[in-house]
Amino acid sequence: MFHFEVVTQWIDEFLRTYLTDVWALLIEYVLIGVVILGVYAVLALVLIWLERKICAFFQCRLGPTRVGPLGLLQSVADMVKILLKELIKIDRVDPFLFRLAAFMVIIASICTFGAIPFDKGLLVIDFNIGVFYLLAVSSLGVVGILMAGWASNNKYTMIGAMRSGAQLISYELSCGLAMMTIVMLSGSLQLSEIVEQQAYAWNLWRGGIPAIIAFVIYLIAGHAETNRGPFDLPEAESELTAGYHTEYSGIQFGFFYLAEYLNMFIIAAIATTLFLGGWQPLYIPGWDAFNSTMAFIPPVMWFFAKAFACVLLSLWVRWTMPRLRIDQLLNLEWKILMPLALINILLMALWVIYL
Amino acid sequence: MNYIKNILLGIWHLMQGMYITMLNFIRPKVTECYPENRGKVEPLGAMRGELVMFHNENNQHRCTACGICQMNCPNGTIQIHSKTVILEPAGEDGTPAKTKKVLDKYIYDLGSCTFCSICTISCPQNAIEWSKNFEHATFTSPKLLNQLNHDGSSLMEKQK
Repeated sequence: MFHFEVVTQWIDEFLRTYLTDVWALLIEYVLIGVVILGVYAVLALVLIWLERKICAFFQCRLGPTRVGPLGLLQSVADMVKILLKELIKIDRVDPFLFRLAAFMVIIASICTFGAIPFDKGLLVIDFNIGVFYLLAVSSLGVVGILMAGWASNNKYTMIGAMRSGAQLISYELSCGLAMMTIVMLSGSLQLSEIVEQQAYAWNLWRGGIPAIIAFVIYLIAGHAETNRGPFDLPEAESELTAGYHTEYSGIQFGFFYLAEYLNMFIIAAIATTLFLGGWQPLYIPGWDAFNSTMAFIPPVMWFFAKAFACVLLSLWVRWTMPRLRIDQLLNLEWKILMPLALINILLMALWVIYL
Repeated sequence: MNYIKNILLGIWHLMQGMYITMLNFIRPKVTECYPENRGKVEPLGAMRGELVMFHNENNQHRCTACGICQMNCPNGTIQIHSKTVILEPAGEDGTPAKTKKVLDKYIYDLGSCTFCSICTISCPQNAIEWSKNFEHATFTSPKLLNQLNHDGSSLMEKQK
């Protein structure tokens, strides 16, 4: 099995043979920054194209077909357009918070993106409290959204931001509880450790019924955290024009847009890491020929295949369900998902102790 | 008990919805790729593209220049210019000349037409009809002003 670790270690050794440790580290920081931003942007473009195409297919349309083969360059063209657009100065906004908000949202998203283990050794930082870090950093986005709503000085953005705050903070609970069930199963918060443990059975099989319940809860809560699909009331266009990013234009709006799409991928990636074995290939005990073939596929491919399967599921739900009302949304969280997640933690404790 | 039932029902309904969308996902798509399939696909039956006047192979139309369509048109899209032809000159014994009103020009302004189809309904001779041509774009607005009767056309003989 080819791991990306080899490449990263080779680069590290190569730099250290020619430079002092400080310079080597500095260059590595810059390299990592460039790679993360590059992958972030490319993934966002791919996801936007995918979303438009899949949305179109669900609605019996063809989607973008004009720019490039299958419309593949459509999102690149859109990116160029959004980069060239004017940043409109709006009267009576709080200029500092208004500009900061877009950065807050995207930085929270990039920070989360960096900690995802794409492959063995292919993650920016391997905390021993990785899951905690993911939860902590991804919830920073709420601050940005609230800031955007407040600073825009507009009732639509304010209502959107308040809804978003209520939604994200409450869904973070069941999201975190679902992640905690897996942490109980693995006995570790370190992401690489959690993935290593799943070499022979993914957590979804290993944890039995509690893990499956946790997976479903995580998918629902995670979907709600991305402000999309049936839970997109912060930007319900029929009531709030565009919610918290109504007043933004140009690349500032682009930041919100990118962060939204990347959050979708990040939620899928965390689901992959925690429940579907991360970059581990599919392993079925006893089927040796099958297992060796599966192990032949590079782990990065495995990771992206699983993550995109989760993204597809999320898109599928998004284009199936109509938007919820705010009371239905909060009822779903506080009366159904959170009690279930709490009971599920108890179940998982019993599972870990007795099985 | 109701609580658990509600949860299961919710999941069941979600799955039903997702089944329906999946059927749509794999269904053949209805989008027409227009410039590629130009001329290959006919617009559907009752399409009102633009007003045309029927001419047979002898370059004859059915319009008697009665002007009913012009009167009925709600926004003055149709202008009929008629002329009078003399069939028999006035007799020396004082009988008046036998004349006939025939169509000279049937001017149709596509730019102001709302495609309400009152003209085709009210036409007693069924002289005008809708074509399915929908490519109306021109570079200047005077090009939208069309003459519907062909040059040198004449009234069709009544078939008995």
